[in-house]
Amino acid sequence: MTTENQSIAIEVKALDKQFGPIHAVRDVSFSVSHGEVLGFLGPNGAGKSTTMKMITGFLEPTSGTVIVNGNDVTTHPIEVKSSIGYLPEGAPSYGEMTVLSFLRFIAEIRGFKGAEAEKKIDAVVKKINLEMVLGQTIETLSKGFKRRVGMAQTIIHDPDVLIMDEPTDGLDPNQKHEVRSLIKEMAEKKAIIISTHILEEVDAICTRAIIIAAGKILFDGTPQELRATSDKNDIDDAFRIITTQHYEQHGERAHS
Amino acid sequence: MKNISAIMKRELYGYFTTPVAYVFIVIFLFLTGIFTFYLGSFYERAQADLDPFFRFHPWLYLFLIPAIAMRLWSEERKSGTIELLMTLPISVSEAVIGKFLAAWCFTGIALALTFPIWITVNYLGEPDNTVIVASYLGSFLMAGGFLSIGSCISAITKSQVIAFVISVVICFLFVLSGFPLVLDFFQAWAPHALVDAIASFSFLTHFDSIKKGVIDFRDLVYFAILITFWLYATVVVIDSRKAS
Repeated sequence: MTTENQSIAIEVKALDKQFGPIHAVRDVSFSVSHGEVLGFLGPNGAGKSTTMKMITGFLEPTSGTVIVNGNDVTTHPIEVKSSIGYLPEGAPSYGEMTVLSFLRFIAEIRGFKGAEAEKKIDAVVKKINLEMVLGQTIETLSKGFKRRVGMAQTIIHDPDVLIMDEPTDGLDPNQKHEVRSLIKEMAEKKAIIISTHILEEVDAICTRAIIIAAGKILFDGTPQELRATSDKNDIDDAFRIITTQHYEQHGERAHS
Repeated sequence: MKNISAIMKRELYGYFTTPVAYVFIVIFLFLTGIFTFYLGSFYERAQADLDPFFRFHPWLYLFLIPAIAMRLWSEERKSGTIELLMTLPISVSEAVIGKFLAAWCFTGIALALTFPIWITVNYLGEPDNTVIVASYLGSFLMAGGFLSIGSCISAITKSQVIAFVISVVICFLFVLSGFPLVLDFFQAWAPHALVDAIASFSFLTHFDSIKKGVIDFRDLVYFAILITFWLYATVVVIDSRKAS
């Protein structure tokens, strides 16, 4: 069945990134279709963020290509960036701005003007419940609200592709639930990549999981398949087995 | 163009919602006052012109402009907002130009607020106002030159302190190369062409010539090339960070 919903949105081919002596991402390839929610798992420093930064055009790959909706990110960065909504790790935003002026700035950059921009801002503010803090400067907001502002910035232009780096990190259980419902709600038509350390999240919202460690993809499959790799049929256990095995092998090779 | 103006507006908003703008403007006006009346002996000279006012601008800018420019990129890098900015659908040059124009516009506002001294000198005597207009223009262009250097240095480092110190040093070289003391040193032995070349790199040389009321095409070109060069260097630095 190849409906429009399932067309490939993101194609990552043989992606490689080297920071001086550190080989952060090694030969990573995968693709994400519309309607898929891809969970990016892996220990800290595994290369998750680096991969996301290359997909969104913030970093240039050492080699390999990223194609988003048919556009290569290195040759057509503006087109790619227009079709992506990206929430960087920690949801950075301009602290001295009020929520409203920040969203106006984003709307303007995203190409909305006047009444249309106000409409977009209204819609996203309602969706994410930002009404009561609109006039407040972002630096005075709680962590949860800051993250919401980041989310609003990410989805204001109703992008086709969503990339979120640890969107629920540091939030309380209720806020986590909110973010997850929001992602689920949008999942149908969009191609979404989220990175997370919370494995239950993969079960809750992802249709696919990729485990990455030391820059390499170690597992690519559905959450059910991931769980099945463990004897206990437990996703945490499966994650531990896959990642520790890899590091052990690596360690051995380094010694010999 | 639309993106440049969006970035510029956001930057200016940033200046005026934090104390940065007000502190800078107050200090700038206070220092221009001191320099003009005490060091420049504005009254004692008993001449109806603003030379004692403009004469000290390069030296004031030397410290004040890097203080404005240091935050242009260092702050974005430090707070992580650069990742947000650079993944929006804008080009690096649009971001660089937008930010630069905001800072330049801001120094323009500070400069415009020195207007009481213009009124004063017109009240006290009959100055040549075309010379004053030219001097304001020259001072504004020179501020742009300082800013473009600061923009590039700020793109190199996360630390605003480092950005400030290095910018001051480089700006100082650009001022110094037109200073009589330095030129005299070279004049003694170097060929004329070399001395002229060194002098022609200096802010002072070009500012002095505009300050006399003669807006020479060559001086305008000098500042245009200088600003373009340093902004281009800023783009290169930011681009190279993407690959590293």
